[in-house]
Amino acid sequence: MLKDITLGQYFPGNTLVHRLDPRTKLILVVVYIVALFLAKSFLSYGLVLAFLVLAASISHIKPKALLSGMKPLMIIIVFTGLLNIFYTTGDDAPIVNWWIIKIYKAGLIAAFFMILRIMLLISGTFLLTYTTSPIALTDGLEALMSPLKKIKVPVHELAMMMCIALRFIPTLIEETDKIISAQKARGADFETGNLFRRAKALVPILVPLFVSAFRRADELATAMECRCYHGGEGRTKLKVLKYGKDDAIAFLAGILLLAGVIVLRTFGL
Amino acid sequence: MPPVIEVRELTHSYSVGTPFEHVAIEHVNFTAEAGEFLALIGHTGSGKSTLIQHLNGLLKPNSGTVLFHGEDIWKDKKFTRTIRSKVGLVFQYPEYQLFEETAFRDIAFGPKNMGLSEAEIRQRVLRAASFVGLTDRLLEKSPFDLSGGQKRRVAIAGVIAMEPEVLILDEPTAGLDAKGRQEILSNIRAYQKAQNATIIMVSHSMEEVAELADRLIVMKNGRVDAIGTPSEIFRQAEHLRAIGLGAPQVTEVFRLLREKGLELPADTYTLAYAVKALCRFREGGGHA
Amino acid sequence: MSNIITAENLSFAYPPQEGKLAIPVFENLNLEIAEGSFTVVIGPNGCGKSTLAKQFNAVLLPSGGKVYVLGNDTSNEQTLLEIRRTVGMVFQNPDNQIVSNVVEEDVAFAPENLGVPSAEIRKRVDDALKTVGMYEFRNHAPHLLSGGQKQRIAIAGVLAMQPRCIVLDEPTAMLDPRGREEVIRTIRTLNRARGMTVVLITHHMSEAIDADRVLVFGNGGILADGSPREVFTQVELLRAANIDVPQTTALLYELKRQGWDLPLDALSTEECAEAIANALLTQTERSQK
Repeated sequence: MLKDITLGQYFPGNTLVHRLDPRTKLILVVVYIVALFLAKSFLSYGLVLAFLVLAASISHIKPKALLSGMKPLMIIIVFTGLLNIFYTTGDDAPIVNWWIIKIYKAGLIAAFFMILRIMLLISGTFLLTYTTSPIALTDGLEALMSPLKKIKVPVHELAMMMCIALRFIPTLIEETDKIISAQKARGADFETGNLFRRAKALVPILVPLFVSAFRRADELATAMECRCYHGGEGRTKLKVLKYGKDDAIAFLAGILLLAGVIVLRTFGL
Repeated sequence: MPPVIEVRELTHSYSVGTPFEHVAIEHVNFTAEAGEFLALIGHTGSGKSTLIQHLNGLLKPNSGTVLFHGEDIWKDKKFTRTIRSKVGLVFQYPEYQLFEETAFRDIAFGPKNMGLSEAEIRQRVLRAASFVGLTDRLLEKSPFDLSGGQKRRVAIAGVIAMEPEVLILDEPTAGLDAKGRQEILSNIRAYQKAQNATIIMVSHSMEEVAELADRLIVMKNGRVDAIGTPSEIFRQAEHLRAIGLGAPQVTEVFRLLREKGLELPADTYTLAYAVKALCRFREGGGHA
Repeated sequence: MSNIITAENLSFAYPPQEGKLAIPVFENLNLEIAEGSFTVVIGPNGCGKSTLAKQFNAVLLPSGGKVYVLGNDTSNEQTLLEIRRTVGMVFQNPDNQIVSNVVEEDVAFAPENLGVPSAEIRKRVDDALKTVGMYEFRNHAPHLLSGGQKQRIAIAGVLAMQPRCIVLDEPTAMLDPRGREEVIRTIRTLNRARGMTVVLITHHMSEAIDADRVLVFGNGGILADGSPREVFTQVELLRAANIDVPQTTALLYELKRQGWDLPLDALSTEECAEAIANALLTQTERSQK
């Protein structure tokens, strides 16, 4: 059933990483990604990996959780790896030379780095969503992007929309489940037939779902109005974001990581 | 002859194999005969919804069986599919499943899925519409333009049009006003009488259940707590209240009168019977 | 007692839509809601009681006449927020009025909109959640709660505005008996212990039994207005307006039609049994003479 899908991928906890200001975590992820793309050698990749392992162990997120999140993306990872193996040419003689396939040592290394880079990238962002509640994430994004308000970017509205979307995803999933059951009870068949027939079979699900979503949106808008919602102007917050000592330490760690990778790169290591 | 529906040792758990695993119903046993009106009562979370979704094969039991005329509904895939039209299930707030351009076409959805001929579909839609009191004019309207009560009746007609032998309804009167409730209930009664159909109705209203049901199934924590006629069940008003259900108000009034020493029948659960019993009592000068 | 809401010659019609005429909902309605009172509005589906409720906090504006909230005209833009924070509103479907996926964040929504300082929001949120008995659920996700619990969160969300009046539009229509009980108990406490003005719209007569005042709404107007006892005894009027009377009242009404000498205003099962016992007693006494 659809219900079994866990969304929002947040594992509540009370570790140092969980308690960090969401802005700090967002900035750190950006720093981490930059460092990752600057990394060129085993040593610098090792540094980035060490940073990730450290963060994961502090936050009590098991490596298994990070790896299992990668499963749906496995095809892309493998595909990218293969492309790098087959399309990188090196100066030395190919290791494998069979029919039109030529594999060079440089290709294997490039593929290894590419796969490592993707996996580190995904794990890093997962660590962010695993340790930060969606609502904190939204708050953090809103705060970080608030300078954009000056150039008329509707930052508050975007954040509000994200918050409401997060709120309604489980409700709409449950509703979809109910509609599917109700149409099945009327003999609807979603499992057999060709693509066209299956697409057509979705109409009895999608129409009621949209009708209901619009009705909900309408009622929610009225309820929000009744609770004095009038845009982002003059709004205060229950939880004010505040940087603390932990955030300073985290920033320092981020700067060290970036500096380390840059130094290694300059010395060609 | 075997009963229309027989449920044996039915057990179902959700999210098996995950940390969220929980038992929804266990060791449920009951039978339903042709033409019988059964009411299913119990708290939210007592397993009523899970149970009724087993009766038309929407859910597959973890253990135990559901028999339709003595045959396991899961014996083969084709049979399971045909069960969907023989055991009609009307969900709570069924108007949220309407999707077609006209009420007529929406009601026709079920019969169409059964693979019937155009002529037969048309006949069934009209017959179903007459059961729920929908006029031809309403049938040509978009279901989204109808009133709440009318939408509900279109949705129920959509299941009735499959002409099921067993009609299951999950709180068919929820959210309706007095008139809407009475209309729906008499529609259901009409269908039961005309087709000698079995009705299984989930309800929170003890007054409603007392008026209509031949037998009541009381659910508690995923198990059948009691099965019996309204008089057998409502006799144990104390017990019902203990599991948070209560009895019809007239039953309560009669219990209080009996406490005052008046010799009135203990199995009073409908208004008409209460009035009759009291009048007889008065004429008899203090004897029922 | 002063009035918190006053409607003067209030008329309302939904504006005409393509090819259809304007639909009048009510005309020339005069109504006052006393501060601190508990008023129940009953009426069949589609009688316009929800539309009326939305006039009380300027979600809809009158097409004729005026509505005043503490003397402020609802059609005045300047006092709009003042009116909305004075008269809070709770709706039928609890799912469609909760904005956040954390309970306490949702309750904080209204004070945040009003620009209340953070420390004060914290206090109001905690107070509101304690009042509705949901404090221990403050960090939960609303979609995992029961209907009754969700509806209490919605009430807390309104309480955090510190309103003087709360209007509830069929808050129990989608709940099971237990949820209904929870919500009604909460509303009653608000009125009795906190002196909050309550306007409860419902079609469950049983919820009207201990109100100060019952308004029967139908056919675009007020059909009856009085104490529960005064209103419930008008069985014919209620039935004609498609409203269910409690089974106790129905029983007394039927007996009376059979020639019994009974009062109709015995609402609870205890009062009803008492009334019947008394009637039987006087009858036997009379026959003994």
